[in-house]
Amino acid sequence: MARSVPLPEATGPLLDIKGLRIDGRSEDRWHEIVKGIDLTLRRGEVLGLIGESGAGKSTIGLAAMGYARPGCRISAGVVLFNGTDILKASEAERRRLWGSRIAYVAQSAAASFNPAHKLLDQCVEASIGHQIAAEEDAKRNAVDLFRRLRLPEPEQFGFRYPHQVSGGQLQRAMTAMAMSCRPDLIIFDEPTTALDVTTQIEVLAAIKDIVRQFNTAAIYISHDLAVVAQMADRVMVLRYGELVEEAPTRAMLSAPQKAYTKSLWAVRSLRKEEETGDEILLDVRGVDASYGTLKVLHDINVKVPRGRTVAVVGESGSGKSTLARVITGLLPPRAGTIRFDGKPLPPRLKDRDKSLLRRIQMIYQMPDTALNPRRRIRDILGRPLKNHLGLSGAAREKRTLELLRMIELDERFLDRLPNELSGGQKQRICIARALAIDPELIICDEVTSALDQLVAEEILKLLLRLQKELNVSYLYITHDLATVKAIADEIVVMYQGRVVESGAKSQVLAPPHHEYTELLLSSVPEMDPDWLDGILKKRENASLSA
Amino acid sequence: MNPIVKTVLQRLGLGLVTLFVVSIVIFSAVTLLPGDFATAILGQSATPETVAAFQRQIGLDRPPVLRYLVWIGGVLRGDLGESFSSAGGLGGGHVRTVVSLVVPRLKNTLFLASFAALIAVPLSLALGMLAALYRNSVFDRLVNLVTLTSISVPEFFIAYILMLFLAVRLPIFYSLANVSADTPLLERIARCALPAMTLVLVIVAHMMRMTRAAIINLLASPYIETARLKGVTPGRIIFRHALPNAWAPIATVIAINLAYLIVGVVVVEVVFVYPGIGQLMVDSVSARDIPVVQASALVFAVTYVLLNLLADIVSIVANPRLLRPR
Repeated sequence: MARSVPLPEATGPLLDIKGLRIDGRSEDRWHEIVKGIDLTLRRGEVLGLIGESGAGKSTIGLAAMGYARPGCRISAGVVLFNGTDILKASEAERRRLWGSRIAYVAQSAAASFNPAHKLLDQCVEASIGHQIAAEEDAKRNAVDLFRRLRLPEPEQFGFRYPHQVSGGQLQRAMTAMAMSCRPDLIIFDEPTTALDVTTQIEVLAAIKDIVRQFNTAAIYISHDLAVVAQMADRVMVLRYGELVEEAPTRAMLSAPQKAYTKSLWAVRSLRKEEETGDEILLDVRGVDASYGTLKVLHDINVKVPRGRTVAVVGESGSGKSTLARVITGLLPPRAGTIRFDGKPLPPRLKDRDKSLLRRIQMIYQMPDTALNPRRRIRDILGRPLKNHLGLSGAAREKRTLELLRMIELDERFLDRLPNELSGGQKQRICIARALAIDPELIICDEVTSALDQLVAEEILKLLLRLQKELNVSYLYITHDLATVKAIADEIVVMYQGRVVESGAKSQVLAPPHHEYTELLLSSVPEMDPDWLDGILKKRENASLSA
Repeated sequence: MNPIVKTVLQRLGLGLVTLFVVSIVIFSAVTLLPGDFATAILGQSATPETVAAFQRQIGLDRPPVLRYLVWIGGVLRGDLGESFSSAGGLGGGHVRTVVSLVVPRLKNTLFLASFAALIAVPLSLALGMLAALYRNSVFDRLVNLVTLTSISVPEFFIAYILMLFLAVRLPIFYSLANVSADTPLLERIARCALPAMTLVLVIVAHMMRMTRAAIINLLASPYIETARLKGVTPGRIIFRHALPNAWAPIATVIAINLAYLIVGVVVVEVVFVYPGIGQLMVDSVSARDIPVVQASALVFAVTYVLLNLLADIVSIVANPRLLRPR
C-alpha cells in the first residue's frame, strides 16, 4: 500500500474548482444546471453539499472527479486536483485517478454493486487494476476495512454476493471499496438516504470513523441537514445550481444567513396539535397475515378514529405496507377481523361492493408510477367521478375543477400529462384522485418520502387542511419521525410485524418508551454537530453497564 | 433442492408434454397431406384394387387414431418404424428401418451445425462486445451493415455467391459437400467449409445484435458507473461487468439460432448437395414416406426443447440470485 513517490505535500488545496458550469440535456436542448460554482477543499477536510433535488449536488460531486453523466456536459471551469486540471486530462489519465486517488460512494449501494460478482472481488478490483497492490495484499486489506467498518464476520463477508447482505451492510461495503486504495478524496453521494434511521446511524458512524482514521478528504452530499451536520466541517447550501451560502458547520447551524437556508431549517418544525377522536372508523383486531408460508403480521390491533390521523411508523420490513394491503383487501388476512364504520369489512377485495371501495382510498409513495403517463389530468380525475358517482359532462368538469382548486392547482393543469408536472404537483394529483369520490379513510403509504423537504412540508400542510375541511381519516404509513410529529394524532409503532407500542402522539413520544421506540427516536439525526458522537457514547455506555 | 436440478426437472417434464402435443400435431399434419404413398408409388394408372391392397400391406387402411397409437407406442420403445419406400417388394426385398435412414443423416446435420456454431457463436459474441464497446463508431456501423445485409439476403443467394467466388472463380473450396459415412474428418471439414460459411453469415447478425443490445442496455446501470469511477478500463467493463449480467437474453437467442442450424438448413443442404436430415425430410415428404417425415419432425422438436432447456440453465447459472438464494 506504499505510495512510491510521496505526494508533493502541496501548500495549495487538494481540490480547487473554479467557475464550474454544467449543462444538462432535456427536450433536445442544453440547459445550464450548474451555474458557476467555486469550491475548495483542503486535505483531510469534509465538505457538506446540501440542497433539494435539482440543486446540482450530485452533478457537482461527479464533476469533482472530472466525470459527467450521460446527458450532461461540463461546459466551463477548471477542476484542479492536486494542482492539475482533470478536465483537461485525457480519459486514461482520469481513469488512473478514479478509484485510486478519488473514489465515489453512490446513493444506492444495492444498485451500485454488480450482482454477478462477490463483494470481495469488487472491493479489490480498483487496487489490483491500478497495480497498487498484489491480489493477496488487496484481499487482506479489504478484510481489514470490513473489520474497521464493523461488518459482521469480516473474513467471510467478502465471499457473499450483493443480494445476500443487507442494505446497511452494502453501504458500508461500498465505503470499504472506496477506501481500498486509500484515496485522497471520497465523494459520498447521499450514502444513507435509502436506509432506515436505525441503520443510517450505524453507517454514519462507520463512515465518520474511517474518514477520520485515514484523514481522507470528503465531499458529503445530502438533502438532510441533520446528517450533513454530523459529517461535515464546512457546509455549502446549493439551489438551482448556484451557491446560496457557505460557512463552517457550526456557524451555519447557529446562524444561517439566507432566507432559503432558514426555510430549510424550518421544515422540521411543523407540528400538528393532537386531537382525540371518539368515533372509531376503522378497527383492526388481532390481524395475522402471511405471504405464502412466511408470516409477516402478528396480532395487529389498530384503531383509526374518524377525522383523525393515525401514523404507522417502523423501518422497512416491519409490515407497515402489508397492513395497508390487508386493509385495502389486496391481501386477505389469515386471522382477525377488520371493522369499518361499525360493520365487518369483507377480507377480499372482490367481495367488497362499490360503495365500500369508494370509502377507502389509497395514496402511494411514488407519484411517478401511480399515475398513468398516457392520461391527461382531466381523465385521471374524471374517471373515478364517472365510475363511482356517475358524473358526466358539465357536472364532471365542474367537480374536477373543484378538486384541482382543493389541491391548490388550477384549470391550466386539466390538459397536461403527468410528465409535465413536478413531483409535488403529481402527488397533489394523486391526493385529488383519492379525494374525488369523498372517501372516509385514506391510506397514505410514505406519500412524502420521495419528495424534497420543502415540497413534502407543503403536501403535509395540504393533507392537514383537507382533513379539517372534509373530516377524512388518514392511516399514515411512514418511516420518518419528523413527518409523524407533523401529522399524527395517534401513533402505532411496528417492528418485525408486530405492534410494539401505540397510543396518543404525546404519550408515545414522551418517555418511558418501549425499547424499540427508544432506539427509533434516538436514531433520528438532530441539528447538532455533536449529536452522533454523543448518541454513540451513550449507547456504548449503556451496553457496557448492561 | 438445488435450483438448477429443480428447473431442469421442471423443464424436462414440460418438454415431454410439449413433445407429446407436437407428436399429435405432426401426425395430424402428415395425415392431412394430400395424396398418399400408395398412389405416389404405384402411379396414376394403378387400379383401385392394387392401391387398396398395397395400403393394407403397409397398414394405411387402419383408422388414424389406431395408426397414431401404434406409432407413438413404437416411438416410446425406441422403434420409429419402417420406411414405406422399402416396404414390401418395392425396396427390392430388404426392409430399411427409419432409424437406419435418419441417424446417419442426423449425424451429418449435427456435424455441419457444430462446425457452423463453433465459428458463429464466438464470432458473434466478440463482434457484439466490440460493437458495444465502440458503439456508434465506424466499426459499429460497418459490423451492423454487413451482418444486417447477410441476414437480409436469402441464404441460397449467399450460398451461390460464395460458391461462385470461392469455388469457381478462385478454386479454394469444394463447391459441393457430398460426403459419405467413410469420408475422413479433414476432408469432411474441407467439403463442409462453404455450407458452414453460409450458415455463419446467416446466423451471426441475430446473435451479434442481441449481444450488443443486451450489453448496451446494461451500460446505463449504476454498477457500470461505479466500475467506471473505480477506474476500470472500458474493455474490462464490457467483459467483466456487463457480459455476465447479459447472459440470459444472449443465451436464448443463441439457442434459437443453434436450433435453426439443425432444423432450418434444408435450403443450404440442397444447394450444396449435403446429405443432411433436412434434405431427407423434404425427399420423404414428396415421396409420402410418412414414417420418415414423422421421425424427422420429432427430431426437430426434441432439438428445440433441449436447446431451450440449455438456455434456461445458462440463465440460472449466470444469475447468482437464482443460484445462491439468501
